[in-house]
Amino acid sequence: MFSQRKSSWLVILLVLVSVFVLTGCGDESISVMKPSGPVAEEQLWLMKLGITIMVFVVVVVFAIWGYVLYKFRKRKGEQDKTEAIDKQVQGNHLYEIIWTVIPFILLVILAVPTLTSLYKHEKTYSKEEALQIKVVGHQFWWEFQYKDMGITTAQDLYIPTGKKIQFDLTASDVIHSFWVPAIAGKTDNNPGLNNEMWFQADKEGIFRGKCAELCGASHALMDFKVIAISPEKFEKWAKDFKALKDNPKTADAKEGQAVFANKCLMCHAVGEAGGKIGPSLTTIGDRTEIAGILPNDKTKLGQEVNPKLFRDNMDNWLTNTNTVKPGNKMGIIPLTNKEKNALIEYLAGLKLEQ
Amino acid sequence: MSAPHSNEAVNGRLETATLEGRNKVLGFWLFLGGETVLFGCLFATFLALRNQVNDGPGGMDLFEFNIVAWATFLLLTSSMTSVMAIVEMHRGNVQMMRLWFIVTVLLGAGFLGLEIYEFIHYLNLGLGFTVSAFSSAFYTLVGFHGAHVAFGILWIALLVIQSYKKGLTTVTAPKFYVAALYWHFVDLVWVFIFTIVYLMGRVG
Amino acid sequence: MAQGHAVKRYTGLLDWLTTVDHKKIGILYLLAGGLFFLIGGFEAILIRIQLMDPDNTYFVGATFNALTTMHGTTMIFFAAMPIIFGFMNAIVPLQIGARDVAYPFVNALGFWLFFFGGLLMNLSWILNYFGATGVPDAGWTGYAPLSSAHSESIGGVDFYVLGLQVAGIGTLIGGINFLVTIINMRAPGMSYMRMPLFTWASFITSALILFAFPAITVGLVLLMFDRLFDANFFDVVDGGNPVIWEHIFWIFGHPEVYILILPGFGIISEIVSVFSRKVLFGYSTMVFATILIGFLGFMVWVHHMFTVGLGFTANALFAIATMLIAIPTGVKIFNWLFTMWGGQISFTTANLFATGFIPTFVMGGVTGVLLAVPSADFQFHDSYFVVAHFHYVIVGGLVLGFFAGLYYWWPKLFGTMLNETLGKIQFWTFFIGFHLTFFVQHFLGLLGMPRRVFTYEKGVGMELGNYISTLGAFLMGISTLILIYNIVVTTIKNKRVGADPWDGRTLEWAISSPAPEYNFAQTPLVRGLDALWHEKTADDGDGKMKPAEPLGEIHMPSPSWLPIAMSFGLFVSGFGFMYRHYEIAIIGIVITLVCMFLRSVYDDHGFHISVEEVCETEGIEVPKSKAEEAHS
Repeated sequence: MFSQRKSSWLVILLVLVSVFVLTGCGDESISVMKPSGPVAEEQLWLMKLGITIMVFVVVVVFAIWGYVLYKFRKRKGEQDKTEAIDKQVQGNHLYEIIWTVIPFILLVILAVPTLTSLYKHEKTYSKEEALQIKVVGHQFWWEFQYKDMGITTAQDLYIPTGKKIQFDLTASDVIHSFWVPAIAGKTDNNPGLNNEMWFQADKEGIFRGKCAELCGASHALMDFKVIAISPEKFEKWAKDFKALKDNPKTADAKEGQAVFANKCLMCHAVGEAGGKIGPSLTTIGDRTEIAGILPNDKTKLGQEVNPKLFRDNMDNWLTNTNTVKPGNKMGIIPLTNKEKNALIEYLAGLKLEQ
Repeated sequence: MSAPHSNEAVNGRLETATLEGRNKVLGFWLFLGGETVLFGCLFATFLALRNQVNDGPGGMDLFEFNIVAWATFLLLTSSMTSVMAIVEMHRGNVQMMRLWFIVTVLLGAGFLGLEIYEFIHYLNLGLGFTVSAFSSAFYTLVGFHGAHVAFGILWIALLVIQSYKKGLTTVTAPKFYVAALYWHFVDLVWVFIFTIVYLMGRVG
Repeated sequence: MAQGHAVKRYTGLLDWLTTVDHKKIGILYLLAGGLFFLIGGFEAILIRIQLMDPDNTYFVGATFNALTTMHGTTMIFFAAMPIIFGFMNAIVPLQIGARDVAYPFVNALGFWLFFFGGLLMNLSWILNYFGATGVPDAGWTGYAPLSSAHSESIGGVDFYVLGLQVAGIGTLIGGINFLVTIINMRAPGMSYMRMPLFTWASFITSALILFAFPAITVGLVLLMFDRLFDANFFDVVDGGNPVIWEHIFWIFGHPEVYILILPGFGIISEIVSVFSRKVLFGYSTMVFATILIGFLGFMVWVHHMFTVGLGFTANALFAIATMLIAIPTGVKIFNWLFTMWGGQISFTTANLFATGFIPTFVMGGVTGVLLAVPSADFQFHDSYFVVAHFHYVIVGGLVLGFFAGLYYWWPKLFGTMLNETLGKIQFWTFFIGFHLTFFVQHFLGLLGMPRRVFTYEKGVGMELGNYISTLGAFLMGISTLILIYNIVVTTIKNKRVGADPWDGRTLEWAISSPAPEYNFAQTPLVRGLDALWHEKTADDGDGKMKPAEPLGEIHMPSPSWLPIAMSFGLFVSGFGFMYRHYEIAIIGIVITLVCMFLRSVYDDHGFHISVEEVCETEGIEVPKSKAEEAHS
């Protein structure tokens, strides 16, 4: 009986361990185990400390468990023991004290860094120390307001590397939760309340962000990207963003602009003009993904947007919005094919000069 | 140690003379423990939302102390009369017990009437249930208590009617006893409502 | 044969609908809980089918959210809770030497309230096609304002609110019933410190129910008022605050976790001791640890809310309080291990589940400590790591405990024995399936997969883990089918077993299997811990319990239609509220009040089982003096 038990355990463990050795620790863009900033690094360090202590506990318990099951199993043909209770071992004060005190010590070892790191993570940084960004969660997209720069954008969050970012988190409808696994743990966006958190990205890259609180039908699709670039590039990005003019170049795009003004502007903004119900589309032509989930470059999340893909995806989005992102508030906007193509042409041109 | 299964009276009290009676009294005490948590949560919700008046009227604009003071007087007096009823029950005087319970019910009904009047008054002053988070929390907390009073009135009235037919026995005595316990609890909750909703509301 | 008062004693289906016998109610609970377990399990398999591949589109959007919501709610409230009450009903009165519970009537009422509540909520799948719009889909935690949004639509979260409200009342009165039963109805000599561990666990669980369920009652009332009557508790625009719901839910929700797990601990304690043929190691510390876990269970709810933004102080305090729970839990684990130490362990199916429970639960426990570290929890929270953690605790802890208890007590419930070979196959399929399903989910969480999602990122290493997880779920499904097959086969064969097939230690094994209607012909005299084992091994024991009273007539409560009628009234009123037909809601409540009126006005005098009938059932001769009395 025991050998069967033991071998099945080993098989399970070996399969699982090998699976995860093979897949490694996941992808740099999203894995908690491949941190790219000081907050996620410290959180991973705490996890490792905790897991080390817990593996120690697990090993001790499993060892005693295995030994007991093997050593004291009833052998074939063995007589039943019938001892009176007062002859049986009913307890042992020394042992009981040992297995109360040792866990206590282990917990103290864990508790001290728990408190110090929590203190660090709950800190807030002023305008002088950090870039201030307000994050508003909406069903099912993210709005980013650079408080002191007059920039409002959506879905793609550009940040400078090596600098602290102080977030002010809230939501417009239901509770969402702002999570960029590779850079920091999550904090909730509560409607009507403001939450604070900070993080910092130490290297350039595109990191995937997730909504971590169930928020409705397309909760699973409420993705965003954190695009960390060097401070110089960030300066330029911000300058270009503000300098962006809404001047379509081709005739098609001009027609698209008119369609946009007619059918989209009440909800979506371009630059200063337009509604705030849907995400701002100021730089939609540059976005890594449409609606946060249709990638504009299939090979790798690159900064270069593939124009063909953009057009296909935007067409898909405008035609099948309800299946691409179930429950979204836009729904299908009635457009003729000509209007749609013109609109896509216009939107594709809404990008920063490279 | 475990309870005896026989029918011997404990402390000579009728309500705990049988195992069923003892079960009923103990169970009811526990039930009141649960009710405490229930009202605790309602109070906590009210405290969290009491300043969220949302352009509607708040406690300072509304509360009529005359009504509330009279309501409090009636309910606290009814608590005393229910004590008298139980005292008479222990004396075995079913007539007097009935009389005191009838007084209790009448006082309770008076309280309830004042509360209904008070609610209508506030409604007329613009404090609808859906006006603000404060109004929702206020009506829910005070209304929950009011519903408890209403249920208590019906319950005790029913027991009074039963007492004509069944008299005072080991079956009916626990019923009278727990109904009185319930009534005390409802009164006690009112003391907290008076303090937290009305007095603190007055201070702002 | 009934004497004294003429009381109808129903047979067949009518008997089951009107019974107030705790053993039959126990079976009803297990049956209904088992049914909901199958429904919840089926939903789980559908969830895993959708997640087998990131491109699947079988169940997306609101449908997927409905599946996860209904799976969680059904499993916690309508499978786990009734199965706990099933075991408590079937076993606790027997273990303390009582003839019944304190309030047999309330006991039946509790069952029917739970049953109609569960029915109400699960009917949403069907009524979805008849005017109601949607199945509850705001998560089993029902976070506002997603759950509370003012809406003209009927159904959806209403099913959740009303179903849980009705069932919650049933649970609350059930908890009070068992507290009073255990305090007042123990046999002579059964002091608190001689109570079997399962009874102790039931006692503490009942206390937790008493103080936790009123909180969810209030939460559901607020939610209901917001949805039905446009109240503003969670509506931010009108001054409400959604965090209130989170607090109230978890003030209930965390104790609920211990409500679920403590009876599991109790079952394991019984089984490990019986099948090691040793008294439980450290009985008094076990009792103390159980009490301490129950107590601390009320002080840690904020660890579900570390990411809500309550600030350093709140998070730090609750983190430390949470860590402390690990200590009494650890004590329990070591006590089980040392109960087996030096014993003689036989691996029956029941004991396989019990010993399999220990390492599984330890794994769930240690991840719990990791989650108590707030900074780390910012990463773990609402990710698949958490999904793995609570399934290790609830499935690895509670469900393994249930299966252990089912195999162990089946003879006492039905007088037959489940097939051991099938049982062992079931254990291995379940055990392996369980670890396959949930072990990988820890890593999925760390790879960045949030919970409650119907798809996940491609190309970042999540595909394989999800695939394995789904395979494991299938294996658990197969295991459950094996159990059903086992139950069917065992019932058809109907091979009777004796009173004490396991060589048991506690009182329930002293009476025949299944237990007679009145449990104990004579109330037993308890002379020590493990009362029956004491009589088996003490110098002056003969393996039978000593009676504490002479043979006599046994008073029994009458069956009643009122519990089912009262519950039906609230069921009707639930639909009245849901379809916004308040006249129907009022009719339903009036039905319930009329039943309460009838219950108050017409006293139940019960009936007596004669000495002859008792002797006939017990297969003993009627004592001479009693026989004369009966003839005179």
